[in-house]
Amino acid sequence: MPDKSMSDWCSDGQRVPDGPRPSSGFSRRNVMIYGTLLVIALYYLFPLYVMIVTSLKGMPEIRIGNIFSPPVDITFQPWVKAWSSACTGLDCDGLSRGFWNSVRILIPSTILSVAIASINGYVLANWRFRGADLFFTILIIGAFIPYQVMIYPLVILLREMGLYGSLTGLVLVHTVFGMPILTLLFRNYFTSVPEELFRAARVDGAGFWQIYFQIMLPMSLPIIVVATILQVTGIWNDFLFGVIYTKPENYPMTVQLNNIVNSVRGVKEYNVNMAAALLTAGVPLIIYIASGKLFMRGITAGAVKG
Amino acid sequence: MPSVEIKGLDLRYSSARVLQDLNLEVMKGEFMVLLGSSGCGKSTLLNCIAGLVEPDAGQIHINGRNVTWDEPSARGIGMVFQSYALYPQMSVEKNLSFGLRNAGVDKIEIDRRVRHIAGLLQIEPLLKRKPAALSGGQRQRVAIGRALVRDADVFLFDEPLSNLDAKLRAKLRVEIKRLHLEHGNTMIYVTHDQIEAMTLADRIAILKEGKIVQTGTPDDIYNRPVNRYVADFIGTPSMNFLDGELLGRSFLRGHLELPLADYPFIHGQCADCSAMIGIRPEHIVTGKDLNEATVTTQVVVDMVEPMGADTLVHTRLEGTAFQIRMTGQAQVRKNDRLLIGIDPLRASLFDRESGLRL
Ligand SMILES: Nc1ncnc2c1ncn2[C@@H]1O[C@H](COP(=O)(O)OP(=O)(O)OP(=O)(O)O)[C@@H](O)[C@H]1O
Ligand SMILES: [Mg+2]
Repeated sequence: MPDKSMSDWCSDGQRVPDGPRPSSGFSRRNVMIYGTLLVIALYYLFPLYVMIVTSLKGMPEIRIGNIFSPPVDITFQPWVKAWSSACTGLDCDGLSRGFWNSVRILIPSTILSVAIASINGYVLANWRFRGADLFFTILIIGAFIPYQVMIYPLVILLREMGLYGSLTGLVLVHTVFGMPILTLLFRNYFTSVPEELFRAARVDGAGFWQIYFQIMLPMSLPIIVVATILQVTGIWNDFLFGVIYTKPENYPMTVQLNNIVNSVRGVKEYNVNMAAALLTAGVPLIIYIASGKLFMRGITAGAVKG
Repeated sequence: MPSVEIKGLDLRYSSARVLQDLNLEVMKGEFMVLLGSSGCGKSTLLNCIAGLVEPDAGQIHINGRNVTWDEPSARGIGMVFQSYALYPQMSVEKNLSFGLRNAGVDKIEIDRRVRHIAGLLQIEPLLKRKPAALSGGQRQRVAIGRALVRDADVFLFDEPLSNLDAKLRAKLRVEIKRLHLEHGNTMIYVTHDQIEAMTLADRIAILKEGKIVQTGTPDDIYNRPVNRYVADFIGTPSMNFLDGELLGRSFLRGHLELPLADYPFIHGQCADCSAMIGIRPEHIVTGKDLNEATVTTQVVVDMVEPMGADTLVHTRLEGTAFQIRMTGQAQVRKNDRLLIGIDPLRASLFDRESGLRL
C-alpha cells in the first residue's frame, strides 16, 4: 500500500512515531556508560584473574616472575595441597577441616538466627505488646554498639556457660549478633503486609503460630532469601569471632586460611595460598552468583498484593 | 431480641476520640447500614464488634451474650474487609476453608460447605486459583464467600464494594441483597455510598465524628432527617437550604411565604424564631404538576447540567443558590424564567441555632 508507507514518513524524512521506539544502539551515551562499566569490571576482575592463573602454576613457573602470563603447564597440585595437606601451625591436613568446621558453624547459626529473627519481626509487626517499641529500640541500638565493646564480656559469659571454645558457643555468638539487623529486616517486611490480612486470619480463628506458619511465613520467602544470604556470607567470612571464641581444632576456614598464608616455615607457596584463598571465597561467591536474582527481588520487595 | 447490642462504646487513639459513648441495637435478621463520611469511625466500630480493636469502655453483646472480652473467632461473626484481605499464598478453596480448618470441622463437611458457597457465588471454576489471578469482582466474591462459609450469625461488611467500578458495584449490590434475603442473617454493612445504603438497608445509622446522629429506615433518613447534618449528607444533589423566620404558622424569607399549618412539628413549635428550611431538588415541581403545588414562585436559570435521566437546573431563589431536579427531557436554557412549585409538607425545618429538626 503506497499510501500507508508514504504516511510513515514526514516530509523532512523523519519517521512518524509509531510502534516501538527505535533503540539507540551505539549512541555516544551508551558507549560512555558501557565503556566505563567495562573498565571498572576489569579493574575488579583482574586480581581474581591473577589468583586463578597463579593457583594453576607450579612453583618453578611462579619464580620466573611474570604473574600475568597464563600457566604454561597447568597443574591442580596446589589446589589438592591447599585442601588436604597444607600446614597450619602444627597440623598438616589442609583446609578441609576448616571447611567442615565452617559448615558446622554456618548451618545452625543461619537457621537459628533467621528463624528467631522472623518470629521477632512477626511479633513486633503484628502482636503489638506493651513495651514493643522500647524492645525494638533497644534491639536497634544493639546494632550500633561496636563489637569490640562486647567481645570480652561475651568471653566471660561463654566461659561461665561452659561453652567457651566450642562450636555451640560460636553459633550462639553469631545468632545473637545477627539478631538486630535481621529482626529489623523482618519487622519492616511484615509491617508492609496489610493489617487486614492479619485481622482476617484472626476472625478465621487462627492463633499465633497458625498465622505465622500458614500466612506470614509463606509470604516472606523473598525476605528469608535476603536474610539467609546476609547470614551465610557474613558468618562464612567471619574471622574475628572465629579466632576469639573457638579453639584451634574448631577454627573456621577463614582462620585456617590466615594460618596457612602466614605460616612462617619453609618457602612461600604462592600457588597453594592462592588456591586456598579461592577455596575459602568459593562459598559466598557461589551463593551470590546463584541467588543474584532472588536477592534483588527480596531487597526490593515492598507491599504485598493480595 | 437484638442480635447485636452495643452499649456505651468509647475508643480513643492517643488524644483523638474516635468513638464516643456509642449505642446501637441491631435486630435479628436486620440489614443495618453504617453510613458516614470518611474517617468518622465506621471501620473502627466494625473492628470493635469483631473484637479486632479493644474499646476503652463499653460492652458488646451478640445474641444476648456479652462478648466484650471474647476472641474474634469466638463471637460468631463473619467479616468482609475493605481490601478483601485474601490470603495470597492460598488457593481460593484454601481461602474459603481456612476458618473451618482452624475450627477443626471435618473434611467432608468442609468440602460440602465450600462447594455450596462456591456454587452460590458462582466461583466454582476459580477454586484452584490464587487470589492474584482473580479480577477485582472475583476477589470480592471470594471474600464474601469466606465470610459466608463460616455460617455465622452476624456478618460484618466493611465497604465491600468500594474498590469496584460502578457497573460491577450495582451488580454485586443486588447479589448481596439477594443473599441476605435468602439467608436472613444479621448484617452490619459499612459504606459511604448513599445509594448502597438506601437500597440495601432495613435501617441506616448515620455516624459523625464517632457518634451516631440518627438511626432509622431509609425513608426516615431521607424524608425526616433529625438535623441539618443528616439532611445535607443524604441525597445527591444535596438539599437546598434557605434561612428565614418562623412567624406564626408560616416560614418567611423575603417575598417567599410557605404556610406550615399541616407541617408535622416535633419539638413543639418554636414560635417566631429563626429557622432554616431544607427542600430537596427532586421535590420541586414544574410544568403541569404546578397545579398541585401549594406555593409557586419564579426563578431565573443560572446554569443547566444535563445528566441523562434527569437534568439539574441551578437557579437563585431569594438570593440563595437553589437547585432543581427536572426530567432529562426538560428544555431549559440559561436565563430562562422558570415557574416552580414548592410543597412545604415535603420540606424539613431546622432550628438555625442548634441545627435540630423542628
Ligand atoms: N491505628 C490508629 N491510630 C490512630 N488513629 C487511628 C487509627 N485507626 C484509625 N484512626 C483514626 O480514627 C478515625 C476513624 O477511622 P476509621 O478507619 O474508623 O474511619 P472510617 O469511618 O472507616 O473511614 P473510611 O470511610 O475512610 O474507611 C480516623 O480519624 C483515623 O485517623
Ligand atoms: Mg473504613
